[in-house]
Amino acid sequence: MSSRKFEPRMGRLEDRALLTGKGRYVDDIHLPNMIEVAFVRSPHGHALFHSIDATAALAHPGVHAVYTHADVVRTLTSDHIPPDQLIESFPATTWPYILPKDEVCFVGEAVAIVVADTRYIAEDAAALVEVDYEPLPVVSNCRQASVPESATVHRDADSNIVSHFTTEYGDTETAFAEAAHVFGFSLNQHRGGAHSIEGRGVVVNYDADAHHLTIWTSTQSAHKSRDAAVELFDMDESQVRVIVPDVGGGFGGKNTVYPEEILTIMASRLLARPVKWIEDRREHFIASIQERDQEWDIEVAVDTEARVQGVRGTIYHDQGAYTLLGLHVPHNSSIAVPGPYHLPSYSMEVIVSETNKVSSIPVRGAGYPEGNFAMERILDRISRELGVDRAEVRRRNLIPGEAIPYEMPMKTREGTPMIYESGNFTRCHEKALEAAGYEDFARLQQKARAEGRHIGIGVANMVKVTGRGPFESATVRVGRSGRVIVYTSAMAMGQGTKTALAQVCAEQLSIPPDQITVVTVDTASSPIGIGAYGSRTMVNAGNSVHLAAGEVRDKAIRVAAHVFEVEEKDIEIADGFARVKGDQAKSLTFKDIAKALGAAKGLAIPKDMPIGFEATVNFRPPDVTYCNASHVVQVEVDPETGGVEIVRYVVVNDSGTLINPTLVEGQLQGGIAHGIGNALYEWMGYDENAQPVITNLAEYLLPTSTTVPNIEIIHEETPSTLNPLGVKGAGESGVVAVAGAVISAVENALEPFGIWISDAPISPMRIVELIEESKAAG
Amino acid sequence: MTDTRTISVTVNGSRHDLEIETRLTLADFLRHQISLTGTHVGCEHGVCGACTVLVDGQAVRSCLMLAVQADGAMVTTVESMTGENEQLHPLQQAFHDNHGLQCGFCTPGILMTLLEFLQHNPSPNETEVREALSGSLCRCTGYQKIVAAALDAASRLRQDVGKTAGRRES
Ligand code: FES
Ligand code: FES
Repeated sequence: MSSRKFEPRMGRLEDRALLTGKGRYVDDIHLPNMIEVAFVRSPHGHALFHSIDATAALAHPGVHAVYTHADVVRTLTSDHIPPDQLIESFPATTWPYILPKDEVCFVGEAVAIVVADTRYIAEDAAALVEVDYEPLPVVSNCRQASVPESATVHRDADSNIVSHFTTEYGDTETAFAEAAHVFGFSLNQHRGGAHSIEGRGVVVNYDADAHHLTIWTSTQSAHKSRDAAVELFDMDESQVRVIVPDVGGGFGGKNTVYPEEILTIMASRLLARPVKWIEDRREHFIASIQERDQEWDIEVAVDTEARVQGVRGTIYHDQGAYTLLGLHVPHNSSIAVPGPYHLPSYSMEVIVSETNKVSSIPVRGAGYPEGNFAMERILDRISRELGVDRAEVRRRNLIPGEAIPYEMPMKTREGTPMIYESGNFTRCHEKALEAAGYEDFARLQQKARAEGRHIGIGVANMVKVTGRGPFESATVRVGRSGRVIVYTSAMAMGQGTKTALAQVCAEQLSIPPDQITVVTVDTASSPIGIGAYGSRTMVNAGNSVHLAAGEVRDKAIRVAAHVFEVEEKDIEIADGFARVKGDQAKSLTFKDIAKALGAAKGLAIPKDMPIGFEATVNFRPPDVTYCNASHVVQVEVDPETGGVEIVRYVVVNDSGTLINPTLVEGQLQGGIAHGIGNALYEWMGYDENAQPVITNLAEYLLPTSTTVPNIEIIHEETPSTLNPLGVKGAGESGVVAVAGAVISAVENALEPFGIWISDAPISPMRIVELIEESKAAG
Repeated sequence: MTDTRTISVTVNGSRHDLEIETRLTLADFLRHQISLTGTHVGCEHGVCGACTVLVDGQAVRSCLMLAVQADGAMVTTVESMTGENEQLHPLQQAFHDNHGLQCGFCTPGILMTLLEFLQHNPSPNETEVREALSGSLCRCTGYQKIVAAALDAASRLRQDVGKTAGRRES
């Protein structure tokens, strides 16, 4: 997309409805005769239950039904959520129940669903359901979970370890044996939630006469929901339609099929009327997935020049009570460690254990923030021990620009070689340092210290896998209205997907983007698709739209050439016409062509041309792409209170070709804000009984307008060689390097106290504690 | 059965006389009783600000207020912001022009918060805008473009005031 016909930074097509209160989110859908549900949830981290007594609840006015495991068994083809088709299989105990039979494994696990006239009544009645629990030993920590003596998360499991693997290459043993220096330390990275401001939710209408389910769900993966319904309700694809309305953010929290969704469908199916469930914030805290729970033991071997020779260690990964998405997060964390750095040898043992907490699957960043944090901590430790400046340590270890494409000696999740095919890490690093005034900072810092102020600077570099296949679908179609409509399996959850896809289509068809309609997921119009996660939408759906629109353009040219009896090269597409160059009179509108290709009488079309002014492409990326970024952040810390203020934030980011730079900036700013949460604020606490000690947004601190600074963004735009548009993805590019950079800056600000930070997030209390400890140690 | 009471409340200029449950929140009343779904609910415990509406001109969290407490009051929601011919309010226009929204779920609450704020402080600086927004959570944007939109809106509104002082436009 080198020369563009239309303004790249156009305003969004989505905005008008959303700004005027006319958005249509799932809770805005109201169907006649609709009733609502609430769930009875486990108050225990681990317990057996012997009975569920719903007598009082059922007697409550306005209550229609209370369903338990027995109802699931009599209604559905299985009492477990069907396994995800894209992942390897795991033992049955690790797979979540729709409703458990007699054992609960985390606080918040649903044991019954109550259906009533309104949510208010459903909640009243849920409180009347009596469950006879017998508490069992609880596993609340992943390191303890992995030892043989540990209690088990599931009564029937022999062990809590779901997987134990090693990501390795090169000769780590020799590297450590011959190293000039070896340093070791441990890290604790804590769980946070996805916390889209709109929670999950689903509205279902089962039409008993037609035996047809319509499901509106706030999801990142509509086709997974459709497939689960097909399988569990023993229906076919023509009988189940999933429509994704406006979605109020996802961030990973909506990228799996949850029991609540299936149970709401079941209620509608059994009662043959519309049913709604809307998650509340407390439910989001206890029953929506979370991520980032890992404990790390790391050692690094380094030469006299501060060049890393080897890294080894162990990651204890907390999987939560069930394994929903395989090993995505721990695998990603282990392969993310080298990132943009040249690491000659590597051996990371990964112990993936279940605990009695809500399941952990990718939240924005998907294991990369943890791996990146570990590597950036390693480089900071080297800097500190060898007295080499932190930026210089990074400079010496970055993969040089001229070495790209660079094959990492590891494999992707698909088992293909991991190749950084484009980008320039050293250039981004230098640009970021320069833009942030890194060289001059020491002088400012001295000055500030003389005034009693503690300012610091931090640097981090990252690479994130993006654009993973297998595909997304796009159909570009022009019908009798003459309007270009794009039907795509791309899922919109706030990224501006419709706008960006309209822009891609517009360039091919020379029609302004605002004259193109984009229909995102509705399984009736886009029957196949995967989902919005892993910064993959523009790579997959963007290129499908690009190619499909190109085919539509070619069809228009062929039809016009045929009608006007000229060569195809003499036809141009412009302003919504296909016309003979230099002869304005000889032109066809898209409406004319749609008519002709719709086999209307009058206009002849080439004999061998398929009917329909349309094309469908399901683009399959040949391999994953990688975006990269360099972050430099300045902070000021108050050693008395431990309060951290982020003063300046500079990022140089390469997401490949930018379809709409403004939208990409929005993604980066939002991602960096999320990373600031992971660095300083977002701590999902549990006690030793795996009881969540935080279940509201007053205690769980999301970044706010006063804690997130303006982010200065510099774009590098190295096109990917792996797809026609050259895009690489941006949704997670912001979040990955933040904790490493911010925590490095905090330490740097507090250099006079000599503290070392091993936790993310780091709280003000902990900062003060570390200062006290360091003073006490003298 | 729970208590009910009849209230009379004026929302965006239209009067509603309805019998409602006393425990019904104002947010649920607006969304589910009179179908104004532009007001959103993000936490139901007064922290996220998504449910912010104006009650007698003051920004309040409609999840923390009972509908019965709005008896006799004038309530203003996001649906009232567009003018004749569906024209966007300068504040809405500034959000569009500055990419001040992504998923849009926090947006109505933020618009209502700013509507009140800019009335009291028509020439805010960035720090003041950030403080005014500190009670509204947005997971998508990192706030930067929201702040830019608010500052841009303030300047547009000041110009509008200047204009109307001279000549009232349609
Ligand atoms: S819903 Fe009212 S403040 Fe969050
Ligand atoms: S735009 Fe999504 S929460 Fe603010």
